[in-house]
Amino acid sequence: MRIGVLALQGAFIEHIHKLQALGIDTFEIRQPADLQTTCDGLIIPGGESTVIGKLLVELQLLTPLKNAIQAGLPVLGTCAGLILLAKTISNATQPGINTMDIVTTRNGYGRQLGSFNTVATFAGEKIPMVFIRAPYIQKVGPQVEVLGQVEGRIIAARQANMLATAFHPELTDDPKVYQYFITMINQQNQRRVV
Amino acid sequence: MTENNRYALNKNLAQMLKGGVIMDVSTPQQARIAQEAGASAVMALERIPADIRVAGGVARMSDPKMIKSIQAAVSIPVMAKVRIGHFVEAQILQEIQIDFIDESEVLSPADDKFHIDKTNFEVPFVCGAKNLGEALRRISEGAAMIRTKGEPGTGDIVQAVRHMRLMNAAIKKITSMAEDELFEEAKQLEVSYEAVKYIHENGKLPVVNFAAGGIATPADAALMMQLGAEGVFVGSGIFKSGDPAKRAAAIVKAVTNYNDAKMIAALSEDLGEAMVGINESEIKVLMAERGQ
Repeated sequence: MRIGVLALQGAFIEHIHKLQALGIDTFEIRQPADLQTTCDGLIIPGGESTVIGKLLVELQLLTPLKNAIQAGLPVLGTCAGLILLAKTISNATQPGINTMDIVTTRNGYGRQLGSFNTVATFAGEKIPMVFIRAPYIQKVGPQVEVLGQVEGRIIAARQANMLATAFHPELTDDPKVYQYFITMINQQNQRRVV
Repeated sequence: MTENNRYALNKNLAQMLKGGVIMDVSTPQQARIAQEAGASAVMALERIPADIRVAGGVARMSDPKMIKSIQAAVSIPVMAKVRIGHFVEAQILQEIQIDFIDESEVLSPADDKFHIDKTNFEVPFVCGAKNLGEALRRISEGAAMIRTKGEPGTGDIVQAVRHMRLMNAAIKKITSMAEDELFEEAKQLEVSYEAVKYIHENGKLPVVNFAAGGIATPADAALMMQLGAEGVFVGSGIFKSGDPAKRAAAIVKAVTNYNDAKMIAALSEDLGEAMVGINESEIKVLMAERGQ
């Protein structure tokens, strides 16, 4: 299995280290030439969503990645990655991939003083979660499964091949989000073989 | 909400800024240009370093009202500077919910002996360092991020390069030392044994390390990234140049693709006039010497 990590800005190396610890091959995506290789899954990391969105457009990565996701490529978006996957941002207008039927609120918990960590349920299991100037999901469409909530706000969700978390699994030692994503990829690959 | 480890959260915010460009801005309009160009954060200050250098006199924290107007103008993190050792200026910035405080040698030092005890604060601090000893002392005082000191406001990259190379060389040296040599190294660097042991085991600082001071072109930014910086601060280099929006966007892209000479060559074309700059040897006040 080989997972591409979008490496335009932000905490991409942390994701790569987590995947490597699970014995998974990774590669960095910085320009279209990096996509000429087998790719079973994609991670869009945390960082500044305005920066990553702008660079996606200007480095001509937005269309190929969007097409791949729409064609079924499994994708995990964390924090800024969630914002980029969302169809709608309630409080901003900025370029994004916009494939996932969710409405998100950017900087949903305010500035850095609102950043926090907690333990909450993700897909039925309690895990540690770190929220840094995080967004939350305000609303989900009918095809979207809610995978986690903190204090009544949705912070993790899945729609078909798309998984999004408002928190940062790359900043804790718990591998459950990655294991969940790897299972998604395996199911997708089986489907492809059949 | 559960009990939080502020320091860990603050180091985490610095991680999110990596691979990005933090730009000095002095008006809401400049802040919007910076955000539009792809800045991962902005540094709000009344006068950019080049102007502070020209104006002379005592340089202080900016007017909180001006900082708030920049917070209102952009959605990315907003940083602001306090004088070295001026913990009340830091209290003020924390009060207005700043995302990051830069305890900066660019302003006139308020304390010629002590830095701020940053462990007393909830908001993160970034501090400048010329070498590994300074970096580790600032981290032990609670800094969540380190940057080179460079020589602000000059457009001369030589000091940032020197500081980054000194830091890298010192880290490499400690990495290859025998365990029993670490005690003496801690003594020489005037830092704790634990700090030296961390470097020995991990081969890097325990916090994110950016380059700052004198970065004026996409090539400067890529140079610092190739030397091991995890991101860059650009101060006077953008809004002292002929076409700030274009130059800013080009520097952002050069930081993302810092190893791609073909792309950096294309980005370097037709950027208009760079800031004029002053050579290190031509200036009277070496800001990097402030705070050891």
